[in-house]
Amino acid sequence: MSVDTATPRPSGRLSDTVREAASKYGLIAVLLALPVYLAITDLASDGSLTDLGNSLVLGVSNGAIFALIALGYTLVYGIIELINFAHGDVFMIGSFVAFGLWGNFGLTETTGAGGLVAGLLVAMLVAMLVCGTLNVMIERVAYKPLRSAPRLAPLITAIGFSFILQNVGVLWLGSSPISVPDLIDQSHVVLDIGGVKIRNGDLLAVAVTAPLVFVLTSFISRSRLGKAMRATAQDPDAARLMGINVNTTISVTFLLGGMLAGAAGLTNLLYQTSVWYFQGFTAGLIAFTAAVMGGIGNLKGAVLGGLIIGCIQQISDNRIGAEWTTAVVFAYLVLIMVFRPQGLIGEATREAG
Amino acid sequence: MSSILDKLGNNKNFVLAALCLGVAAILPLFFDPLSSITDNFITAGAYVVMALGLNIVVGFAGLLDLGYVAFYAIGAYTMGWFASDHFSSVNGEKGIHVLAGEFAGSLPGIHLNFLMILVVAVIIVGIAGMLIGLPTLRLRGDYIAIVTLAFGEIIYRFAVNGDEITFAEGYKLTNGRQAIAPVDTIDLPGFAPFDSAFNLRPYFWLVLVLVALVLLVNFRLRDSRLGRAWIAMREDEVAAASMGVPLVKTKLLAYATGAAFGGMSGAFLASYQASVQADQFKFGFSIFLLAMIILGGLGSIWGVVLGAVLLSFINTYFIPEVFNSVPRSLGLDFDLTVLNFGIFGFLILLVMVLRPQGLLPERRRAMELTEGIGAGDAIGSEPETSVDAGRQP
Repeated sequence: MSVDTATPRPSGRLSDTVREAASKYGLIAVLLALPVYLAITDLASDGSLTDLGNSLVLGVSNGAIFALIALGYTLVYGIIELINFAHGDVFMIGSFVAFGLWGNFGLTETTGAGGLVAGLLVAMLVAMLVCGTLNVMIERVAYKPLRSAPRLAPLITAIGFSFILQNVGVLWLGSSPISVPDLIDQSHVVLDIGGVKIRNGDLLAVAVTAPLVFVLTSFISRSRLGKAMRATAQDPDAARLMGINVNTTISVTFLLGGMLAGAAGLTNLLYQTSVWYFQGFTAGLIAFTAAVMGGIGNLKGAVLGGLIIGCIQQISDNRIGAEWTTAVVFAYLVLIMVFRPQGLIGEATREAG
Repeated sequence: MSSILDKLGNNKNFVLAALCLGVAAILPLFFDPLSSITDNFITAGAYVVMALGLNIVVGFAGLLDLGYVAFYAIGAYTMGWFASDHFSSVNGEKGIHVLAGEFAGSLPGIHLNFLMILVVAVIIVGIAGMLIGLPTLRLRGDYIAIVTLAFGEIIYRFAVNGDEITFAEGYKLTNGRQAIAPVDTIDLPGFAPFDSAFNLRPYFWLVLVLVALVLLVNFRLRDSRLGRAWIAMREDEVAAASMGVPLVKTKLLAYATGAAFGGMSGAFLASYQASVQADQFKFGFSIFLLAMIILGGLGSIWGVVLGAVLLSFINTYFIPEVFNSVPRSLGLDFDLTVLNFGIFGFLILLVMVLRPQGLLPERRRAMELTEGIGAGDAIGSEPETSVDAGRQP
């Protein structure tokens, strides 16, 4: 888990440098292919890029939410090299908790601004705490007993837990999507720059994500616990010898990841104005793709990947068809895994070979 | 009992298989020809075939495949394409028929004989298995799982949205959620045409033949050079490679063989259910199959058979028919069927944490899985001689 941009491995040979550059810029080229192609066709047909611009704005705000989820994957992967498959469903539970709290607080579209902000802040804090605790509990029950087992064992239990959480969701709010009150009037246009519209929802997503990412990065780079996390990520055994309580550190990592997922859950609820037990599965896989794209284990990479994957998702929704979006995102995932498994700014991991 | 089995040596598994299949073969005679129990047994048989295929990839070769449902889908669609009126305007609406049987022989569309399509499905799916395996060759561990999962989802998306993809004279790739139906009934040379409206027994016997075939292949493969290469690769890829195991070929063969069984079973299920509907091919089904082999014991052929039959019956009989009303009788407002995937998830979790070697463990795999979880001592203390009881040096 590195906060700073990973420095390229020192290599004296020119061919290595060339190959590294080819794979890195090749990935960037692949990522740019779709928007550039669409931009050209747009310009050719009606000479305006508004449509694409709107997709990109939506993509960035949507991507901000994916970034929050992706951080959870990357934190956990960075420290114990496990794909926390249940993470997407923790995010889903976050949405459910927040939705339940709105009902308790009596928040509706007509609630005044002061009450709304207070209510939402409390709802976010509670959702973050619940998701953080849930994530720590999952680690204790499903991953900790298997820490020395083969690597596939905790991945399998993670999938098991993902299904359990989904069914908790089904029992909680039924098996079809529910639309929720549009508390922040999220599609209200705040700013219109030549037809490119920025809406309340877009501002909210960025306003929640940016400070959280800032707090998280400073926590990890400045605090004692953050230092312990980085040490454990580098070498758990050496960290233990240095007096770091590895179990606590791992728990803190899961807590942080879960809290971010909880915040993402509330933001997503306000942004999408709907809630569904299956939202976590899809969002989780997209966010995982984002984490891999940025370079798994790398915090900046997760945010960058989230924003990119958000844009890809929106462009695909608008231009190719929403029913194909998961296929498009997964096609990108496969491409990245095959040609640059260390992602955009990540270092080569053991898994990636 | 065990001493008799020991004397059989190499043939122990074959004798046991013959016994089990023989007993199973006379089972449907005790039920009505249209009994739902027979129906459940047919489904279980088809799942055993799939689970044994997945076991080759995950259990033997140690490559966690989370997109196995893709092979089920491709197999089922092969049957759907070549044994229905899906391509109805082909050959001037007269259709193409090869040994299709009396009734299907007069319909438009492509109608080939069941056995031919079965072979075609096995070949197509085997190739698909290799193609999906190719991108994972450089990867290890959980990255393989995610790539296969991605492929599974991509294939599912193509199945669901396939009605948007048209080619040639307006043929759709799939029928999406509306299903390709009806798929021809099975017409084997020398037998009366099968008819699921009157008698399910022939389907059961056919599935038993498939199970027998797959069991035979599994046992022979496991003890073959290739099977030993798979196991070596699973235990330590680097060590296996340095001992001369060609990793690429060995991995691709594992994917192809495992996939082929999934395709075979998928093709059979398509003709048995007489339809191919896209929503059968969701990610959950891959996990359902994975749960079977984990419950039974990763890498253990008999364990996988047990796990598949058990989970299949839990899915088709115990959850919907026996325990479905339990939550209601406890005053809760839902049916147990809502929870079936949660139940499988819980089972995976429980087995993996408490008994990772499964119900009927394979000894070598059990040692790998329990190493360091605290159960290793119990296994290590078993007499050495029992480790390879079934196999002569």
